[in-house]
Amino acid sequence: MSGALGRRRFLALGGGLALSGGLAACSSPLATGLAGTQPDTADVIFWNLFTGGDGANMVLMENAFRKAHPGLSVEATILGWGNPYYTKLALATASGTPPDVGIAHLSRLPLLAAAGLLEPVQDAGVGELGITADKFTPAAWKKATVDGTVYAVPLDTHPFVLFYNTDLARKAGLLDAAGDGLKPMKDGAAFTDALRAMKDAGAQYGAVMSTTADPSTCWRYFSMIYSGIAGPVVTDAGTKVDVDDDAARSTFAFMQSLTAGGLMPRSLTGSGVNALFSTGKAGFLFDGEWQIPTYRGVKDFHFNVVPFPALLGPKPVAYADSHSLVIPRSGKRSSARTAHAALFIKSLLNNSATWAHGGHVPAWLSTQRSKAFLDQTPQRNYVQAAFNAVYDPVAWYTGAGSDFQTTVGSTVIEVIAGRLSPKSGVSRLRSDLKRYTTARPPVTIG
Amino acid sequence: MTTIASERPAERPTSRVTLRTDRERAPRSDRRAGLLLSSPFLIIYLLFMIGPLLVGVVVSFFNTTTVKSGLGGWVGLANYRAVLEDSLFWSAMWHSVLFTLLTTPLLVVLALAFAVLASRIRRGTVFYRLAFFAPYVVPSSVVVLVFLWMYTPQVGLVPKLFSAVGLTSPDFIGSTSGGWTAVVLMTLWWTFGFNFVLYTAAIQDVPPEVYEAAAIDGASPWQQIRFLTVPLLGRTTSLVLILQILASLKVFDQIYLLLGGGPNQSTRPVIEYIYDTGFTSYRGGYGAAATMVYFVIIVAISAVWYGLRHRRTTVAERAAERPAPRAERRTS
Repeated sequence: MSGALGRRRFLALGGGLALSGGLAACSSPLATGLAGTQPDTADVIFWNLFTGGDGANMVLMENAFRKAHPGLSVEATILGWGNPYYTKLALATASGTPPDVGIAHLSRLPLLAAAGLLEPVQDAGVGELGITADKFTPAAWKKATVDGTVYAVPLDTHPFVLFYNTDLARKAGLLDAAGDGLKPMKDGAAFTDALRAMKDAGAQYGAVMSTTADPSTCWRYFSMIYSGIAGPVVTDAGTKVDVDDDAARSTFAFMQSLTAGGLMPRSLTGSGVNALFSTGKAGFLFDGEWQIPTYRGVKDFHFNVVPFPALLGPKPVAYADSHSLVIPRSGKRSSARTAHAALFIKSLLNNSATWAHGGHVPAWLSTQRSKAFLDQTPQRNYVQAAFNAVYDPVAWYTGAGSDFQTTVGSTVIEVIAGRLSPKSGVSRLRSDLKRYTTARPPVTIG
Repeated sequence: MTTIASERPAERPTSRVTLRTDRERAPRSDRRAGLLLSSPFLIIYLLFMIGPLLVGVVVSFFNTTTVKSGLGGWVGLANYRAVLEDSLFWSAMWHSVLFTLLTTPLLVVLALAFAVLASRIRRGTVFYRLAFFAPYVVPSSVVVLVFLWMYTPQVGLVPKLFSAVGLTSPDFIGSTSGGWTAVVLMTLWWTFGFNFVLYTAAIQDVPPEVYEAAAIDGASPWQQIRFLTVPLLGRTTSLVLILQILASLKVFDQIYLLLGGGPNQSTRPVIEYIYDTGFTSYRGGYGAAATMVYFVIIVAISAVWYGLRHRRTTVAERAAERPAPRAERRTS
């Protein structure tokens, strides 16, 4: 009997010790993890999705902040790009454990804002730091605004652009008099001629782009051409299919005219693109400007980057997206932490010339007009694209790396590969979009 | 059965009665001890299995989202209707079934073959058992990392081996057929150890006298395997088969990590579909409805399997009992 009591007393004592130990260690990540709160391991907790060259540039910018504010610490967490990142950001915020500052693509903003996951940036006091509308690329600032409230501070614009091999372009007679840009092309026919000239100049293909298993790139390509002649493919906050059948059909027909004539391959993977473009076997490359670091290191390879000319419409269109800085909503964040977050955002803007090394156009105009940026080629060539930017349509399901891009982009792939006629491409596009417009939205936008 | 009862009215009822009184007479403290001992399991089972299941059932009738608290609006069966009408759900379902069809036969046959071989080895048995089972304990994330390197075009080990013998390697990551090949091969290497262990254990249960007798009768090693080992492992095979079918139908991690369900969602299994809609698209209610549909299908498969096995065993029992009932029927 006494033995049993002894055992119980022992257990009680042990339990008490463990409990008090746990309480004493309240600030440890283990304890906060069990309690479900965000550990205050640094003054600014920052989540982003950058690896590779962008990741390295972001680290430089974080270090610049640390240097400028020696008293403040930053903890940066890098999560997987695309859906995994947004799932984690949304779920962490919804469950009350958000970071202080996060990166978000502006194309992903409508849902995050409508779900109430973001703090309006003005509430964080960024206005007092001089972060105001007039100091940003207008298209980006407009996209950061949802229903009159600004939910994000744009860091850059990253458009879909036209790369070209300078040596081949010279041989093909496509360079302008100054020799550092392309002769103006006024429409799709002139563009097709340019591709043909590249091929005649000795390239295996006039142009290449990543199509196989790359629905996002194909969606960007489609969106750019289509936006030249028609509005967004879905309207009413993503509840209505609003495809202009004629515009979509001529967009698909234009795409097929390039591949059917052998000016572009019908299917090509990303590594294939790399191999062909960097060895001078392709004159043009259609891709995001973020590919600049990929080709910069190639020896004896000269290339330049310009915005796409107008293809099927009167004015050039740049399909684009923007990285922006958001402050996820938290009921527990102290005003001091919020102030630190605003300081951090300001510091990243000030250092966005570093960010531009990754190819992106800074959204912060004072950087965009600074020598530090204007000395960067070819980045300075396509600044105009940021002003002509067309983003993903506003809906809960659109945005960088979304399932929407995968589904619709897959149809574009089929058209480019010649497995779907422009006409059946359009009906397939309509049924792709219907899947999303008829789905019950998780949150109502607008 | 009725004839049996009429023939022997005294025996069975009494035995049943004694059983029942035995149970009634079990002391209270014993029952309490039983309940107490099983309570940790019961609590965890209720908390993490029955509870979420009920929550899932409830949520599937609402437009619940994962980004806001609360259930959202009532939608009745609309989520279920939408799931059943979604072609992407059915293609994801087909991918899970295809994966099961591709892996299950191989995983069962190879495990059996290697278990038999390992049991016939005289020396180093422990080494072989360990070698075959070792991959199973490696986490999927690590396995995928290793295989991703091996499959990577241009620089991976597998494409290099292909080019060394003058062949073009299939595109393991970028093409649908290549993706399936990559996942199936990786899964084979990774998981067949579990079935291997089940078979090894079953083989050890076979009494050596059986083989001795067979050897005396002049059976060759192959005949021993064919006519003794394989039939004697019948029950194990049936267990391995159902475990493997259920495990394969639940495939998620290796496909998600290796291919992300790509290219173009052509390898996306149904669990990834549920994950994508429920978490990535924040449509919790819809995801729950898809889960319930899938849950019902899995339960149905298990039930059919159980039914088949049950019938087979009862048929076998009846076959074994045949002489006695016949004699009794004749008397009546």
